[in-house]
Amino acid sequence: MMRKGAIGGAAVAVITSPARAIEPLMYGIQRLIGIKKMPWVFLGPNLGAVLLFSLLPVFINVFYSMTGSDRLFPVDRPWVGGRNYETLFDCQSFLDPSTCSRDLFWRALWNTMVFVPIQVICMIGISLITAICLNRNIRGRGFFRGVFFFPVMLSPVVVALIWQWILQRNGVLNGILTSMGFDAVNWLVFPNTAFFWTVFITVWAHMGFFTIILLAGLQAIPRDVYEAAKMDSASHWRVFTRITLPLLRPMLLVVFILCVIRSVQTFDEIYVLTGGGPGSATMLLVQYIYETGFAAQPRNFGLAAAASLLLGAALLIFTMLQLYFSRKTNNG
Amino acid sequence: MQNILDRRHRKDAAIEGRSRGKEREEVMSISKLRMSSAAGLVFAATAGTAGAQQVVIWCDVNGYGCPTLAPVVERYNAENPGQTVVLEQVAYQVLLESLPVQLESSDGPDGAIVTDLGGLSRYYVDLTDWVDAEFFESEYGQTLQWLRGDDPDSTAINGKPSTLTVNGGYVNLTLFEQAGVDVPEEGATWEDWAEATRQVAAATGTDFPMAMDRSGHRFASLAISYGAELVDEDGNLVVDDALRDAIAQFVEWHRDGTMPMDLWGAVGGATHRELFTDFLNADTVMYFGGSWALNQVDREVGDLFDWRAIDAPCGPGSCTVMPGGGAMVAFQHSAHPEIMGQFINYLAQPENLEEVLAASVEIPASATLIERGVTYPGASDRTQEALGTFINQIPKMDDAAYRFQGWRYQRALMNSLTTRISQVLNNELTVDAAVARIEQDVTLAIEAAN
Repeated sequence: MMRKGAIGGAAVAVITSPARAIEPLMYGIQRLIGIKKMPWVFLGPNLGAVLLFSLLPVFINVFYSMTGSDRLFPVDRPWVGGRNYETLFDCQSFLDPSTCSRDLFWRALWNTMVFVPIQVICMIGISLITAICLNRNIRGRGFFRGVFFFPVMLSPVVVALIWQWILQRNGVLNGILTSMGFDAVNWLVFPNTAFFWTVFITVWAHMGFFTIILLAGLQAIPRDVYEAAKMDSASHWRVFTRITLPLLRPMLLVVFILCVIRSVQTFDEIYVLTGGGPGSATMLLVQYIYETGFAAQPRNFGLAAAASLLLGAALLIFTMLQLYFSRKTNNG
Repeated sequence: MQNILDRRHRKDAAIEGRSRGKEREEVMSISKLRMSSAAGLVFAATAGTAGAQQVVIWCDVNGYGCPTLAPVVERYNAENPGQTVVLEQVAYQVLLESLPVQLESSDGPDGAIVTDLGGLSRYYVDLTDWVDAEFFESEYGQTLQWLRGDDPDSTAINGKPSTLTVNGGYVNLTLFEQAGVDVPEEGATWEDWAEATRQVAAATGTDFPMAMDRSGHRFASLAISYGAELVDEDGNLVVDDALRDAIAQFVEWHRDGTMPMDLWGAVGGATHRELFTDFLNADTVMYFGGSWALNQVDREVGDLFDWRAIDAPCGPGSCTVMPGGGAMVAFQHSAHPEIMGQFINYLAQPENLEEVLAASVEIPASATLIERGVTYPGASDRTQEALGTFINQIPKMDDAAYRFQGWRYQRALMNSLTTRISQVLNNELTVDAAVARIEQDVTLAIEAAN
């Protein structure tokens, strides 16, 4: 009774004078629950937030993936068990999307599996080259840093619309080409060129962000290491492979993880630019989930939830593999 | 009409009574809340909105939309102190994609001008108590039925049709004249048009003979004129040979360059896309869009070239286009359905309706105004003539077109049509496989909805 009174008093004090009251409050709680359980008091709020905003939605998504109808509220949704997963996996051959009942899901999955590695390699490669260039003592370095970072600040929809104006049949690029005597090309009509431009545009739009991270990493490398290499007459390539890359590895790992996550999430630019076309050549998994769950009428929340869980599972496997290999590399 | 007015007075009195009650509660609250200045601030913030009875209506910028409705709304607000109708201008894509999701979570605006008339029917509120039901029934019978969804026995008044729109083609007469080719007359088939426009394009160096919006609704005109049923009397999907033939012909026109790949070929999924600028820039001889673009054509083409709207091209089945249009509806979650009802009733009065129609240069959905005709003061003679052509298509429309327009799963079929036809154009599917996929997509959508 005494303890509860003390805690109550401390609670009142927290409201009236938080700074002075926190110590007796903690003291009161510690006396009540014991010192061993105190970490839970500090973890509690964050844990609650994680449960509420991260874990609970996952469980809700699992529930939705096993229910049918286009109604939103769980009470209105009948239980269908694994039927949504069966629908997604109803394939004669997983390597040939046209044999699958949900062919667009598999086309989107294959597209994503091609898009992500290409985009990540291009993004990291170009960001690294740009960062190295911007790290040198060149004239107008601040200006160029701004130029490369500028697209990051644009809305993805604006990026897509700008490039649509450039790439369309009567667009700027064809205007330039024809004025130079070349034939105009309908860039977004052919699957291969459309795919190329989706990679190009997403790299253009986001590379500034990764360049800045890598630039920070490059500037953290001590100058005297380079000076020592110079005194030893090491070639540029040797300096790059033996000094820059190894010392930049922690930053590259961060960039790699961020880049993969962003690449898998790619949606806005492509949705506005091509809508997933031509045909389904640039349709990625996130677009499939969006169209199935939100743009389609009637909306198939169950199928979209099942597809998103499969995407989540694939990402989880990928993350675990990546963690495994990065630990192995660090230990080795 | 007297009943309506009596009802309206009773409603007004009830609203006034509720307002006075609210005022009394507010005064009491103020004396209690003086003890805490922070809580007082919160009260001040909420008290400001408690007295106002406001409804928000979403509309887009095109035709019968926010800009053309604004003067009528302003007048209504002035004539009805204590009520505020607010128009919120949103993109058409927001009405198509975001609005249904908000409605499903019982959120969103009080009303909106929607085009998926049957698909959203379960969210509409019955406005019968606040409108002149007999007047609405006689003026808008057909569209009211579309708004009732699957229930054939319903007598609910769920909204007021905004305009009647008609799919249709626009043709560049100057190009025909330059090429010395005769413009096909009424009764010409789709193939006649394809042939004639090909000749014109070849003679004048125009980029493309024909183009069509990337829209399942536009394609349905072609399909139904080829004899496709799409939906039967019982509301079941019909995938027949006529649909297959229409898709095959459509694909062939893209393959031989009669139609540009930019619209149907270059885009994926259910994305709606228009390239009307091709017609405005004289890059295509004939453009199949709809009556809602008339104002734009009139304004942007001006005297640059001669143009006219064309009669519905014929297929083996009929010479039909698709009816369309939107409706202003009120939603069940609205806190003030009475204001929505009163406003919609106000808007339906011929003088108000005529004002909006004249400004938007669109075809009326009201029986009286169709019969009497609407004067469009700002429109050119050419536009008036084009409007006449579009209106002339209404009696020719196939029953299948009306059935499809009111079908609850219309959008599921339209989305599947655009997606699958684009896949055929990009060699991802054959025509037969596309037809099978369309049937499968719609069946799955219907299953998901039930």
